[in-house]
Amino acid sequence: MKVDRRSFLAFGVGGAAGTALSPLPWKLTDDLSIWSQRWPWVPIPKDGEIRYETSTCTLCPGGCGIAVRMIGERPVKIEGRKDHPVNQGGVCLRGAAGLQYLYGPSRVRTPLKRVGKRGQGQWARISWEAALSELAGKLKALRNDGHPEGLACITGKDRGTVAALLKRFMTAFGTPNYFGPATSTHALETAVRTMTGQEGPVGFDLEHSDLVLSFGSGLLDGWGSPVRVFKAVSHRIERHAEVIQVDSRMSNTAARADRWIAINPGTEGVLALGMAHVIIAKSLYNQQFINQFAAGFDAFKKIVMADFTPDAVAGITGAAPGVIAELAEKFSQAKRPVALCGRGRGMVPGALSESMAVVALNALVGGINQDGGLRLLPDPAYISWPEPVMDPVALKGNQAPRLDGAGDHPVFSPATPNRFFDQLRENAARTPAILMVAEANPLYTLRDTQAVEKTLKQIPYLVSFSSFMDETARQADLILPNHMFLERFEDVPSPAGFSRPFIGLSRPVVAASYNTRHIGDTLIDLARRLKGSIAAAFRWTNYETCLKETLGRKWDGMLKNGYWMNTAASPVSWNTLFKTRSGRFEFNGEDMAAPPWKSIHVAAAGDSSAFPLVFVPYDSIRLASGSVGNAPFMTKTVPDTVLIKEEIVVEINRETAGRYHLAEGKKATLATPRGQVTVRVHLSDRIMPGLVAMPTGLGHTAYDDFLAGKGVNVNQLIGPAKDPLSGYDAAWGIRAKITKA
Amino acid sequence: MKHVDSKAKKYGMVIDLDKCTGCGTCMVACMAENNVPFKKDETDKRLSITWMRVFKLTNGKPYPDNEICYLPRPCQHCEGQHTGHSPCVSVCPATATDYDSETGIVSQIYTRCFGCRYCMGACPYHARYFNWWDPVWPGEMEKYLNPDVSPRMRGVVEKCSFCYHRAQLAMEKAHVEGRKELKEKEYQTACTQACPAGAIVFGDLNNPEHEVHQVAQPDPHHHGRPKNPNAFRLLERLGTNTKVYYLSSREWVRRAGDNYLDSEGSASHE
Repeated sequence: MKVDRRSFLAFGVGGAAGTALSPLPWKLTDDLSIWSQRWPWVPIPKDGEIRYETSTCTLCPGGCGIAVRMIGERPVKIEGRKDHPVNQGGVCLRGAAGLQYLYGPSRVRTPLKRVGKRGQGQWARISWEAALSELAGKLKALRNDGHPEGLACITGKDRGTVAALLKRFMTAFGTPNYFGPATSTHALETAVRTMTGQEGPVGFDLEHSDLVLSFGSGLLDGWGSPVRVFKAVSHRIERHAEVIQVDSRMSNTAARADRWIAINPGTEGVLALGMAHVIIAKSLYNQQFINQFAAGFDAFKKIVMADFTPDAVAGITGAAPGVIAELAEKFSQAKRPVALCGRGRGMVPGALSESMAVVALNALVGGINQDGGLRLLPDPAYISWPEPVMDPVALKGNQAPRLDGAGDHPVFSPATPNRFFDQLRENAARTPAILMVAEANPLYTLRDTQAVEKTLKQIPYLVSFSSFMDETARQADLILPNHMFLERFEDVPSPAGFSRPFIGLSRPVVAASYNTRHIGDTLIDLARRLKGSIAAAFRWTNYETCLKETLGRKWDGMLKNGYWMNTAASPVSWNTLFKTRSGRFEFNGEDMAAPPWKSIHVAAAGDSSAFPLVFVPYDSIRLASGSVGNAPFMTKTVPDTVLIKEEIVVEINRETAGRYHLAEGKKATLATPRGQVTVRVHLSDRIMPGLVAMPTGLGHTAYDDFLAGKGVNVNQLIGPAKDPLSGYDAAWGIRAKITKA
Repeated sequence: MKHVDSKAKKYGMVIDLDKCTGCGTCMVACMAENNVPFKKDETDKRLSITWMRVFKLTNGKPYPDNEICYLPRPCQHCEGQHTGHSPCVSVCPATATDYDSETGIVSQIYTRCFGCRYCMGACPYHARYFNWWDPVWPGEMEKYLNPDVSPRMRGVVEKCSFCYHRAQLAMEKAHVEGRKELKEKEYQTACTQACPAGAIVFGDLNNPEHEVHQVAQPDPHHHGRPKNPNAFRLLERLGTNTKVYYLSSREWVRRAGDNYLDSEGSASHE
């Protein structure tokens, strides 16, 4: 048969068409996918029956109720508890990523003893027995030398039984050097204490307010108990309530608020007093409250009328006098207004007078303990252990002055950890022999990171209780890893800003995955090893029995419901609320030498000619900026206008950027009086001119590859500014300059 | 032709952009539910697998008149002009993605996919992602994987499934209890459940009693175009007939959802 050109082509085309119509191509594609995909290293998760365990999340002070989906003994997902009064079903992205912390590579899996140089990351795995006897030996030696005050402790939590046990340990041991955290919650509580005489948590009745005026508080950026605040802000639409956000850049909160008032950063308190001026001048305040329940109003009025006129306030804040008057009128005419303080997430306490100004504004409209207003909550006061009996060594040690200087200011603030490091720098002779760090990461969270690191290195013996290999743990001599929150019992009292008396219960949903121990058990064990009066102060067999005994009659209900809430308690009326000596609300605070309003405007440090711009850190819900950093899923959500590869992106007003010849996405050098870093710039139409804004929560040097080495820690660029009234860190920013790299 | 049950569902979503805060919880809840992998560097967003992604829209005005709006984007589960004519389903040579006329969900069958990525090219919403690498769960994170969703491997495309495994679980439960129909909130996606702002509503668009139907008011004569004046769908004029509706009280946001050249006008609100 002759194959000519025509039949060859016909055969070829016909063959191709025939193959295409046959099942062969489909079979081949199917086989191809099977051959290319069945790799043995793609995991097949073990299946089983689904059940839910409830607990309380402790990744932030929000205290949300969580429901953990379990397959057998394996937790597979964290969801919000629908029947929980705080978060009512929602969860935040951090809570949703919680299991990544549980099984992540940065967990400390066993007690570790440093073998290499400090911070080198060379460890020997040791047993709990060896670790505890080593620490007990060092502690005994301190007491034998008669200097128990050489032991100091920094903790990131100051509520609940774990904090109380730590504090008790320090007292029984004989040292006053127990430093809790200092956040905007603490500054607000200090302000409320000096103005009302009330000790205890402060809440905001956001769910019933018809006008929420936020002085820079990041309602949608992680302030308070985030899920609860998100719900309150989002459901205001149905309630026809309004949210007004005062902020120097358009935060997520400002973007979703009904109105955004841009003012110069750090002048929120001044604006509050400017509003007070208008309210007083136009007699818009609550006459009944001022006449019958307030003291010091005349002195307050005199200062506000003289120094905080709309024109003067406009000059400082940059808000127009008309806007100040309008805000004041709106605020005083709302039925249930509330003013909030604490910048961003509230990690920095700020000047005491700023919190006081916001409390005063709430008081002017009679918004204290009223529907939709500021709530003074009774201290749940369920921890009523007998005072530890101190032996002579402990008695003497407790007389020593505190190393953080708390107490040598007009208003006593419970802790000022930033000043601990400042004071050691000034006087190295006072360096403690042993520093214990629990649920805190000062090497990351405190201002002026470089200086803190240098000072920390002077301390001869550093003990960390961290569950994770964080910046501070990496410098430690000994790590006694705590259980992760899903592995342990803990009481979680007073969710930040929650408006009712509340105690949550965190409980183990999974057996400890590694060779870790509850910090409560570690302390009880240590106390036993130290014998004598210290052991006598810790008579509990273990932490769980301690917690059970402490909660007493509440325990069974908490075990069943996961929380205790006092639903019966209605807010105390003005008649009996104020525990000041006058029995009234003190506008200028009690025991102040002079009214506190002079220190309200904290200027940014630095010379304005060398540093013409102002650097402001900002908080974002997608970046955890506390002691525990982001989980990988969280970092995955960070947009590329914040992080590009390893480089942090700063936000700068488009016009300002033009003046410095900066282009979108291009590199620049950012310098402040404290440090200099290379950044990329994002030109923004949502930030005031003259500012450079950087997100908090990046720039970790520890943790895993999913977090370490990405971006810059804002604390490298800012130093603390000491508030003269309280000693709190009042720095909200610093002067800066930026140049094209 | 497939037989279409008269009680066929059309699961869909309404996302209220006035409530969305841009927090990103939906993204993380989705990742945790669906065993979505992650890498050391996720800043190249073209390579970052996010079944649900929150976009940031802007009105483009200079300071201080600039405004933003966050827009969460799951797979839009397009129905097309006639049932199942979704952009991706039409081009898949391996039938790895299919339109389920019982639920209206566009599926993705990983073991059938051989990675040609035609569907990614066809999808107008960039809702599909390719696994360029095998997933790696560091530490012991493999322990938290959800057995109801199979982990994917290198070389396949993946996308939002409206948490179809949750529909299966709910239907199994209903079957055991002798019910034929699911209750309204019985089947919810992970993002809907997690949203702290309550911005997402999920349900059967065919069921007039369901909130999604009542809010979006889909017009059956115009391929489900919303009758609610504040509601819109993304790129309405392409005729993709999507099942994700958005609500916004702001005109510029609604216009941005139907993004065309100025001269072309807008289809959703003529």
